[in-house]
Amino acid sequence: MLCDVCKCNDATVFLTQILEGKMQKVNLCDACSKEKGVQDPTGFALADLLLGIGAAEEIEKGASTQKCPVCGFSQADFKKTGRLGCSACYITFAEGLNTLLKAMHKGTEHVGKFPQHAHRAMELNNRMRALTENLQKAVAAENYETAASLRDQIKQLESDLAS
Amino acid sequence: MKFSNVMATAGEWLRGEGPHHQIVVSSRVRLARNLRNRPFPGWAKKAERTSILDLVRPRVEELTEMQDSFSEGLQELSALERQVLVERHLISREHAAKGVGSAVVMNRRQTLSIMINEEDHLRMQSIRSGLQLKQAFKLVDKIDSALESKLEFAYDPRLGYLTACPTNVGTGMRASAMLHLPGLVLSELINQVIQAVSKIGLAVRGLYGEGTEAMGNLFQISNQTTLGEKEDEIINRLSKVIETIIEKEHDARQVLLQKKSNTLWDQIGRAYGVLTYAHAMASKEALNLLSIIKLGVDLGAFPEDRRLPIDELFIDIQPAHLQKSSQQKLNAEERDHLRAQIIRERLKLFPKPDISKMARESGNGSIAQDLK
Ligand SMILES: [Zn+2]
Ligand SMILES: [Zn+2]
Repeated sequence: MLCDVCKCNDATVFLTQILEGKMQKVNLCDACSKEKGVQDPTGFALADLLLGIGAAEEIEKGASTQKCPVCGFSQADFKKTGRLGCSACYITFAEGLNTLLKAMHKGTEHVGKFPQHAHRAMELNNRMRALTENLQKAVAAENYETAASLRDQIKQLESDLAS
Repeated sequence: MKFSNVMATAGEWLRGEGPHHQIVVSSRVRLARNLRNRPFPGWAKKAERTSILDLVRPRVEELTEMQDSFSEGLQELSALERQVLVERHLISREHAAKGVGSAVVMNRRQTLSIMINEEDHLRMQSIRSGLQLKQAFKLVDKIDSALESKLEFAYDPRLGYLTACPTNVGTGMRASAMLHLPGLVLSELINQVIQAVSKIGLAVRGLYGEGTEAMGNLFQISNQTTLGEKEDEIINRLSKVIETIIEKEHDARQVLLQKKSNTLWDQIGRAYGVLTYAHAMASKEALNLLSIIKLGVDLGAFPEDRRLPIDELFIDIQPAHLQKSSQQKLNAEERDHLRAQIIRERLKLFPKPDISKMARESGNGSIAQDLK
């Protein structure tokens, strides 16, 4: 039996995985299974392999020649590797990815752990927005005493954000 | 800590005695994390990868849990040493293929290993003996919290942790357990169990083969999805399913003991005979026979203190371990000879299977105890 990926070597690794009731089989040679990380049971999901082609098609539905402004990654690259270029790619290719993620996962929104800094940054940003709005109002109303106090608070917050 | 120290002692998970350790060989939880706006390892140029490694590695090494750790760049390890780490489940095969710009850091007890620049910038894995997914998660969770104060992880309020592969996005967590299920395989119930489990969004697969052909009757069960469910929900769901499989395995063994005891004793006797006298043994045959001996220990046919030597053999007869211990490169034929030799030596102190003991204990022996 030949390897499903390179179609030239004899398959030595046979995988069966049942995903949501559907049985999927993949036969791989030694080299391809290593390249795909198949023998690492925690790092590999057969879905990656099987979704490889479909995933690229989904992403293609987004803008066609777009490149990630942060890392320069394009859809063609995703088609080749089945992996993204950087975290900003999730914004660049959001349209195609959303369909893909919906098909792949239980839900569409994260409900688990979040980093503390993300939480803190969000709070500080919200406060900053409120202060800036109030400052504009105070200036418009020529309420200079309030404006001065607001400017001090903004300065303080800016140094908090930088720390 | 040097590689020779790693080689000299088996991981704590192998020697440990976690809950249900007769059937659940190990529990593992890994978290994938990445730095914000830095190219993922697969897309990063060599210089970028190295600069990310230089940023991340000191932060990992200074963790309290990593005091006296083993920390090495992949290019510093020989192909054989990398393969040894793969056979111990401390790094992935994918990681073993990496070179400059990737590293592995692991603690002395070999319960925590962190791969830097594998598919993601960080892959943190905790491994425990028996069914201990919660405890394994607790450790990686703690490590993650300690690191997030020093490194800015890629995170999106809607999608959670952002990973190189969209299949890991959200929690970035893969929880898995390795189960030894000879009873279900021998009674040809394994495919039914696999079918049932997969319907609830979990993945089961043979460790080195498929279905009933899984080598050593070892199966890996893990969560399939990472987005839309909390970490502890995923772990609870998985743990409950595993507990059910453990019960099914015990039931299958009981039925075998009661209805097919002759077949069972024949299998154990043959496995003992071949392992004790063979002079050439391929991996597959060895794993399958060792699995039957392990079942024999569970059933009381061999004394309980023979369990560890058997569990260790599962690792020690793998190709890289064989070559590392003999300190030379061996071809397949030489490996098969050495493998048989090592097994024969370890089984020297093994008493013959005591069928009477096994028969007596079939009613209320170790199985009944484990079920409580
Ligand atoms: Zn191939
Ligand atoms: Zn990008």
